[in-house]
Amino acid sequence: MKHEPVNGPGTTGLIFKEPLLWEKGKKGRKGMSIPACDVPAAELDSALVGAGPDFPDLSEVDVVRHYTRLSQWNFGVDSGMYPLGSCTMKYNPKINEKQAANPAIAAAHPMLDDRYVQGTLKIMYDLQQYLVNITGLDAASLQPSAGAQGELTGMLIFDAYHKSRGSKRTKILIPDTAHGTNPASAALCGYKPVPVKSSADGVLDIDTVKELMDEETAGIMVTNPNTLGLFETNIREVAEIVHAKGGLVYGDGANMNAVMGVVDVKKCGVDVIHLNLHKTFSTPHGGGGPGAGPVCVVEELKKFLPIPHVVKDGNSYRLDWDNPDSIGRVHGYHGNYGVLVRAYSYILSMGGENLKKASQLAVLNANYIKEKLKPYLHLPYDKPCMHECVFSDSRQQELKITTLDIAKRLIDYGFHPPTVYFPLVVPGAIMIEPTETECKEDIDQFIESILHILEEAKTNPDLLHEAPTRTKLKRLDETLAARKPCLCG
Amino acid sequence: MRYLPHTEEEISEMLTAVGKETLDDLFCTIPPDCRRDDEIALPQAMTEWQLDAHMTEIGNMLEVTPQHKVLVGAGSYHHYIPEMIRALASRSEFLTAYTPYQPEMAQGTLQGIYEYQTLTARLLGMDVANASIYDGAASLAEALLMGLRIKKKKKKVAVSKGIHPHHRQVVRTYLQATEFEIVELPIGDDGRTDLSLLEGVDDLAAVAIQSPNFLGVIEDLSGAGEKIHAIDAIYIASFTEALAFGLIKNPGECGADIVCGEGQSMGLNRSFGGPGLGMFACREKLTRNMPGRLVGETVDRDGKRGFVLTLATREQHIRREKATSNICSNQGVCAMMAGMFMATLGGTGLRELARLNHSKAEYLKAELKKAGAEIVFDSPTFNEFLVRFSFDFEPVYEKLFERGFVAGINVGKYYPQYKGCYLFCATETVTREDIDAVIQEVSR
Repeated sequence: MKHEPVNGPGTTGLIFKEPLLWEKGKKGRKGMSIPACDVPAAELDSALVGAGPDFPDLSEVDVVRHYTRLSQWNFGVDSGMYPLGSCTMKYNPKINEKQAANPAIAAAHPMLDDRYVQGTLKIMYDLQQYLVNITGLDAASLQPSAGAQGELTGMLIFDAYHKSRGSKRTKILIPDTAHGTNPASAALCGYKPVPVKSSADGVLDIDTVKELMDEETAGIMVTNPNTLGLFETNIREVAEIVHAKGGLVYGDGANMNAVMGVVDVKKCGVDVIHLNLHKTFSTPHGGGGPGAGPVCVVEELKKFLPIPHVVKDGNSYRLDWDNPDSIGRVHGYHGNYGVLVRAYSYILSMGGENLKKASQLAVLNANYIKEKLKPYLHLPYDKPCMHECVFSDSRQQELKITTLDIAKRLIDYGFHPPTVYFPLVVPGAIMIEPTETECKEDIDQFIESILHILEEAKTNPDLLHEAPTRTKLKRLDETLAARKPCLCG
Repeated sequence: MRYLPHTEEEISEMLTAVGKETLDDLFCTIPPDCRRDDEIALPQAMTEWQLDAHMTEIGNMLEVTPQHKVLVGAGSYHHYIPEMIRALASRSEFLTAYTPYQPEMAQGTLQGIYEYQTLTARLLGMDVANASIYDGAASLAEALLMGLRIKKKKKKVAVSKGIHPHHRQVVRTYLQATEFEIVELPIGDDGRTDLSLLEGVDDLAAVAIQSPNFLGVIEDLSGAGEKIHAIDAIYIASFTEALAFGLIKNPGECGADIVCGEGQSMGLNRSFGGPGLGMFACREKLTRNMPGRLVGETVDRDGKRGFVLTLATREQHIRREKATSNICSNQGVCAMMAGMFMATLGGTGLRELARLNHSKAEYLKAELKKAGAEIVFDSPTFNEFLVRFSFDFEPVYEKLFERGFVAGINVGKYYPQYKGCYLFCATETVTREDIDAVIQEVSR
C-alpha cells in the first residue's frame, strides 16, 4: 500500500475514531444560518465588551458526524437489556417524545398569566391527580427535578411540620438498605442520620426501630421495596412507632415500579413519598437526566407543599401562590415540564389495569431470574423478591473473580451490567432489575450469558479479567482520572 | 398493551419456574393491610392516535400559540434552535442510556459531557465546569452552599435583588432548615446592585450577583468583584441569558470565583420552563468543593484516551451525609444539547448572534422611546430592558396579544417599586416588521 491512511475515522472499520470538538473544524465555519441584521447595528460600551469564547468553528456536517459517531459508542435501552438494579431501565415509548415536542407546549413561556396557558396547567393538574390516585396519598407537587430533589423537598416538609408544632428535631432514622441520596438530603436540613440495621431477613426490625425512635428524631426514611428488592413487611408497625413519638414517615418511592395497583402507600403509614418519573413512568434517563421527582403527601402536610400549586376553579386552572405555610419553591418554574408531559402520556397510554400488569410482570421477571441463577450465584436473602434481586460474588472469590469482572464480561455479551457493589449491606453485590418490558427470550439469553461467564471463570478466568474486549475502549483507569484530574480540554 | 411483551403461555411457564400459581401470589410478602382494595382510578388506556388527539386538544387550550411573537425573556428565552440539535439529541443511544457508571458502554455520553464541560468553562471564563445541575435556580442555591462550605466560619450570604426572583425564592427554600442567613442587596436607581451595604461587613461567606440582571441591566461585575473580595467573601456571578457572554465580558474576566446560571438559551425549548439546564463552573482551586458530577480524561488498558465519571468521593453515593450535595441525576441530555448548540454556533457564530440580539433590543428600545415610553434605566442592557408607560398599558397589551404579540411582562408582582413597568425582550427571532407593528399599536 502506497497511501496508507493514518488515524482517519474509518481506519478502525465501523467503530469510528472521533476527535474532540476543538480538534476539528476551521475558523470561520458556521453550523447555523444566523438571520441577517435588519436593524441598525448597535454599539456597546467597550469597557463591557469581552473577547468572546474560544470555541471551534464547525460546519453542520462536522457537528452531525461528530455526535452521530459519539452516539455509536453508547448503549441505551433501545440497544438492549439494561438490568440496572434500582434504576428501572424500562423501555421509553416513542409516542411520549412526540407529545413533549407538541409545538404549543414546547413554545409555552413559563412567566405568562394563567389564562394564556390553560393547557399546560391542565396537564399538571391531571398528572398531580393521577399520581395521587396511584399512591393513595392526598396531594402532589410536580416541582422537584429529580428523586434527590424530591427527597430534599420531603425533608423540608418534615422540618416545616415540626416547626409548625414548635419543635426542631435533630435526627432522622435511615435504614442500611436505603438509597445513598437519603442521608445527603437529610443532612441538607440539618438532620443527623441515624443508621438502622436491617434484620437477618433483610427488612426493618420492629424492636430496633422502637429502640432508636425518640422525641429528638424527625422521622424515618424508608425505601420500600428496599434496595435488596424486598418489601418492608413491618412498614405499618414501624410507621406506628414513629408516629407515636411525633415523627413522620418518608417513603423513597424510587422502587414504585414493583407495587403499582397493589400497594396503598397511605395504608402503609407513609406521610410523604417521592416518585421517579424517569423510572416508574418510562421517561428516558438521558444519560443522567433530566428526570423528575414529584412528591405526594397526606392531607395534613398538603399546606407545606412547594408553591405555586395548580388548582382548578370550575372549568379553569390557576397557579395558587398564596400559601404562607409552604416551604417555597424548589424549581425556577414548574419543574422539568417536558418530563412531566412524557409521564402524563405514559399513564394515559397504560391506564390503571396496565400499570398494575407492569408491576406484576416486573416482579415476575425478577423472581424468574432469581430462581434461575440461585444455584450458581450466592443469594444472600432467599425469599420472594419484588422487582429486583441481589446476588453476591462470594462463591466466585476462590476463583479470584469479582463482581466487577462478571459485570465487565457481560458487556462482551451485549448486555449492560447490573448495578454492582450496591447495596452496601451485601459485599460484592450484583443487583439485577429486568423491568417488565424485557421479554422472556431476552431474559433467558441474559441468564445463559451469566451462566456461560461463570463457566469461563473456571476454565479461562483471563477472559473476565480482560473484559470488555468488544467495545471501543478496554477497561478504563478510574484511579488515574481521580488522582490527576483532567476535567477540561 | 404494546410495552408488555409476555404472552399468557410465557407467564404460566415463568410462574411455574418460580413456584407460584398466579401473578397475585408473587406479592405474598405484602401484608393484606398494606394493599389497595380497588383498581387505580385512571382514564381508560388510550391508543397512540387517541393520545395524539387528546394532546392536540390540550395544545389548542393554550391561548398563546407557537405563532405568537413572545417579547418576553425573564429567564426563559426564545432563540432559534437548529433542527440538527433535535435530531442528534433524540438519538436513542444518548436518550435512553443511564448515568455513565460503566464507562466502556458510555463513551458517547462521557466525551459529549467532557466537551460540554470544556466549552462551558471557556464561555464563563472558569477553569472547571460540572456536568450540570437541575436548573439556574438550583445552581444558585448550590453555589451559595458551596461558598458556605468554603468559608466554614461564616454563616451569612448576600444575594442581589437583581437576581431572578424565582431563583431567590429557591435559595430561601434550600437554606430555610439551616442555620444560615440570607441578606438581600437592593437595586440602585441605575438598575445595578447597590453594594454599599457590603462595606465593613466581615461575616459574609458569599455574595451573588446576576448579570445581565432580571431587569436586563448589565452589572459592573469587575467593580463588584473588587468590593466582594475586599471583604473576603466568595464571589458568585449568576446569569439567565448565557448568550450574553458572546458579547459582554464573561464573569471569569471580572474576577468571579463561582459562576452559575440557567443554560436554556443554549438550544433548549422554553417548554413551560423545564427541563432547563443548570450551568455551574468555578476556579480550579475550588474543584473539590463543587457539587454534582464531573467527567475526566483518562486512558484504557491499551493507553487509549477515554473518559470516566471522576472525583466521586465528593458525592452522595459514597460520602452519604457528608457529600458536597445530594444531587444524583442531573440534566444529562440537556447538557449534551447545550454542547451541540455551542459547537454549532462556534466562536464566530456566537459573537454574531449575541450582537444581533443586542441590536434588536436596542432598536426596540429606541423606537419605544420615540413613541413616548420611558426606559426606566439608562444603564447598558443586552436583550432585555424595563419600560414605563405614561398611560395604562393593559388595553394595548390585550390588543397586541390579539395581533399575535406578547408585549413583555408586568414586573409589579416581584418589584412593587416598579409596579406597572414592563420587561421587554427582543432576540434574533424578532424582525424589524414585528417591532414596527408593536410600536404602531403603542403610538395609537
